[in-house]
Amino acid sequence: MDKTQRLELARRLVEELEADDESRVIETLHELVRRSAYLDDSLFQEVGRLTRELHEAIKDFALDEDFAELVQVDMPDATERLNYVIETTEGATHQTINAIENMMDVSRRLKTQSVDLEDKWSRFLAKDLPFEEFKNLCAELSGFLQQTATDANQLHDTMNETLMAQGFQDITGQIIKKVISLLKDVESRLIDVVVLAGDVHTSKNDEAKHEKKMAEEDGPAVPGVTQSDVVKSQDDVDDLLSSLGF
Amino acid sequence: MDKNIKILVVDDFSTMRRIVKNLLSDLGFKNIDEADDGNTALPKLKSGNFDFLVTDWNMPGMTGIDLLKAVRADPSLASLPVLMVTAESKREQIIEAAQAGVNGYVVKPFTAGTLEEKINKIFERVNG
Repeated sequence: MDKTQRLELARRLVEELEADDESRVIETLHELVRRSAYLDDSLFQEVGRLTRELHEAIKDFALDEDFAELVQVDMPDATERLNYVIETTEGATHQTINAIENMMDVSRRLKTQSVDLEDKWSRFLAKDLPFEEFKNLCAELSGFLQQTATDANQLHDTMNETLMAQGFQDITGQIIKKVISLLKDVESRLIDVVVLAGDVHTSKNDEAKHEKKMAEEDGPAVPGVTQSDVVKSQDDVDDLLSSLGF
Repeated sequence: MDKNIKILVVDDFSTMRRIVKNLLSDLGFKNIDEADDGNTALPKLKSGNFDFLVTDWNMPGMTGIDLLKAVRADPSLASLPVLMVTAESKREQIIEAAQAGVNGYVVKPFTAGTLEEKINKIFERVNG
């Protein structure tokens, strides 16, 4: 809109104001705003059209069955799965720390006793140990050897416990992989919304639906996540196999 | 039973392979090799004179169930004892593994005792 057009509109506004023509005043004011340099007709129309289309797209999504399942089932499942990851890793960490504390107690005891015995043994070798003390030393040595055998067993068992506690990584890794694939699904749907808003009509979700069908094994059973017909323990597995003649 | 048998442990998680390997070694088995899925396991099995296979189910590439089926379909491997150690716990999956000819099925998370018990049971049957 150039200067002449603006002046013309301004003069018309003054005339209308002087004539007390309220409805025309408003109309002229609107026209001034509408035809100002930044907001011309075509932009108004474009924003209107995009708003309508985006609204339609969002409405379609709400009606889409897969999307409903994503929101109502998959998302809460993912939360449950991630909570299970936290519980599992926390449990494993406690188990590992318990085992380490246990082993530290054993190693401290071994150190104190062996330093004490080493001292007495050196005195014995230097012929500096009275006979009475030597008799005590013999009893102490015998006790120490027995205790060491027991301690070695305890250390071995505790190390085994520590090793077993690391099994969480396998389970949590699989669960996190599942959640990542769900996030990818959500991402592809959001891209669909962006594409629709960008005025490109594509047949939506075809790819996501395809990926869903390709979904593999269920992975680890997660408490609180509905999975049909899942055994609850090794005993259930054994019972099932024996019913099959194993 | 013979503790010198050659065992292949197949799992896509190296931590799990280490755990199984350590447990087996604690039971006296020292001759253990590893593979990270069916595709790497199968060539090893075909060329390696293995006596026992311990495999996970859910692995990228070739899954454990497909590995089991491939083993049973290969005349030179058909009688190889196979223990499945997996987080897959659907009844239909356990039935599928049984029908495919698995010798034992352990669900994760498992204990050292369970693994030992299943291995002993498998070899009692194989040798008996």
